[in-house]
Amino acid sequence: MSDFDLAVIGAGPAGMAAAVEARLQGLIVLVVDENAAPGGQVFRAAEACAPDPAVGPDIMPGLPLIAAFRGCGADYRAATTLWHLDPEEGVLSLAAAGTTETVTARRVLLATGAQERPVPIPGWTLPGVMGAGAAQILLKTAGAVPVGPTVLAGQGPLVWLLAVQLARAGVAPLVLETRTVSIAAALAKAGGGLVAGRGLLAKGLSLMAEARRRGVRVIRGVRGLRAEGANRVERVAWEGGSAPCDTLLLHEGVIPSTHVSRAIGLDHAWDADQACWRPVADDFGATSSARVAVAGDGAGIGGWQAAAAAGRLAALDAARRLGALSEDSFAREIAAPLAARRAALALRPFLDALYAPPNAVLTPPDETIACRCEEVTAGAIRRAAALGATGPNQLKAYLRCGMGPCQGRVCAPTVAALIAEVRGLAPQEVPPLRPRAPYKPVTVGMLAASAESLQQSAP
Amino acid sequence: MFRARPEVRPATVEVLVEGTPVLVPEGATAAAAVLLAGLPAIRETPVTGSPRLPLCQMGVCFDCLAEIDGIPNRQACMVTVVPGMRIARQHGAREALR
Ligand SMILES: Cc1cc2nc3c(=O)[nH]c(=O)nc-3n(C[C@H](O)[C@@H](O)[C@H](O)COP(=O)(O)OP(=O)(O)OC[C@H]3O[C@@H](n4cnc5c(N)ncnc54)[C@H](O)[C@@H]3O)c2cc1C
Ligand code: FES
Repeated sequence: MSDFDLAVIGAGPAGMAAAVEARLQGLIVLVVDENAAPGGQVFRAAEACAPDPAVGPDIMPGLPLIAAFRGCGADYRAATTLWHLDPEEGVLSLAAAGTTETVTARRVLLATGAQERPVPIPGWTLPGVMGAGAAQILLKTAGAVPVGPTVLAGQGPLVWLLAVQLARAGVAPLVLETRTVSIAAALAKAGGGLVAGRGLLAKGLSLMAEARRRGVRVIRGVRGLRAEGANRVERVAWEGGSAPCDTLLLHEGVIPSTHVSRAIGLDHAWDADQACWRPVADDFGATSSARVAVAGDGAGIGGWQAAAAAGRLAALDAARRLGALSEDSFAREIAAPLAARRAALALRPFLDALYAPPNAVLTPPDETIACRCEEVTAGAIRRAAALGATGPNQLKAYLRCGMGPCQGRVCAPTVAALIAEVRGLAPQEVPPLRPRAPYKPVTVGMLAASAESLQQSAP
Repeated sequence: MFRARPEVRPATVEVLVEGTPVLVPEGATAAAAVLLAGLPAIRETPVTGSPRLPLCQMGVCFDCLAEIDGIPNRQACMVTVVPGMRIARQHGAREALR
């Protein structure tokens, strides 16, 4: 007997929607999330920051889902990390508050979301340089804003959202937009999506207008970005310009977090439009593992509305597979979330084309540090690749990239792209880094504490 | 440097950053407390000794590993503050145990 019918990893829009739907279908559901509160990235700390005028308007749409999730009857464990998963046996190892615990589930849904694409530029290891998403997290969780000249460099919807949020909080940043694709070129790839996606498009345009109204200065076509300073960032420079800078926020879009899906050996496919890997999955999130499904931005970037719809679909599929939902009912129930997901994804081809990462971000100049943990430059990786390192796993032996504490979470895309560049391969031809458990560090103390509690509970 | 906005999120939780008391809003993480305290770095790299501050704030980069309440190698961005929490820069290697 398993402890749970469905174990959901991640309480973002995908995980919350999956839990609500699975409970409606009568499943016994566990939800674990590393964060202290539900919401995921988009609605992080939503309940606490909704009254903040800087982020409130963007957070409000998530409150009904969070309330439904809180009331759905799932066993929700906050501040709990999945650090090992055995997909064959359905055994999950969880860590929380200094101890670890093992639970079993008949089906597992990875709704682990996205991370910011690494933006390796010269000087990006200097204190004061961080991800745009990081600044947004500080704003959502603590109401905190940067002091002094703030520069937001990169491209994508999140750049405009954060520019507006910072401006609302009284610290309008300078935006250095790195977009290289023209609007006309992106429109040519948009297909019919512009019509179906016009709601989202209108929102994006109004965000840009609000940025301008609130005094956000924008410089477009920025290339050759670098952070400069002695012991922290003092200026940001680019081809033909520079500006004083106390906080530099970088953003080139988000990519699926594939750390867990890779570690458990799921099949992945290269997504050329989004320049990233994603786990291979069917319409309902079912993967190459008989027990494990994926949903949300961790399965391919689609935004929170698509993530919520995918969560529902994965929950319905779980209910069908576990015998809680007949084929007929399944066919009826999936219609609405399938349509919702289609609508939410309509604008994606346009956005993916418009905000395609420039080559300099994927394969940075030689002097740039690519692996922050072991301080390995792009040049050193190019040399190792030329000497014969055919993939990130071999490169570890040459340079220790991927062996630091982040286990390659940050450097893997850059390392693979550099190897592909040097060896003349397509991105998907470079064998990917295979992370290992524990996915997050677990101390001997934690293991001992759980062993002790096991002993005490033994008869 | 970062600052709190007490008008929207009152700073009510007192923590110790490198032994100095700092008031931070409820819900902030230990990594946020380090930035609000204005520390120039949370750690020095083992290879070249260069200073670092948190990069991602969401558990990806491990650039925030710190000693929290005496336990080293904790991802400061994943730990929510509680009153009296002791947050300190990590001395020596930050090899995560695994
Ligand atoms: C930094 C950042 C900021 C973003 N901000 C916005 C925004 O303001 N607006 C917007 O529209 N989109 C934003 N996005 C895009 C985002 O991906 C949304 O589309 C949406 O949050 C995706 O929902 P999701 O449920 O798929 O994943 P997420 O919302 O990312 O939720 C995934 C959850 O899984 C948890 N998790 C991951 N691994 C583990 C593990 N091993 N153990 C336990 N829990 C785990 C995480 O803590 C997280 O809460 C942001 C993305 C990032 C990376
Ligand atoms: S700041 Fe990146 S892991 Fe904590």
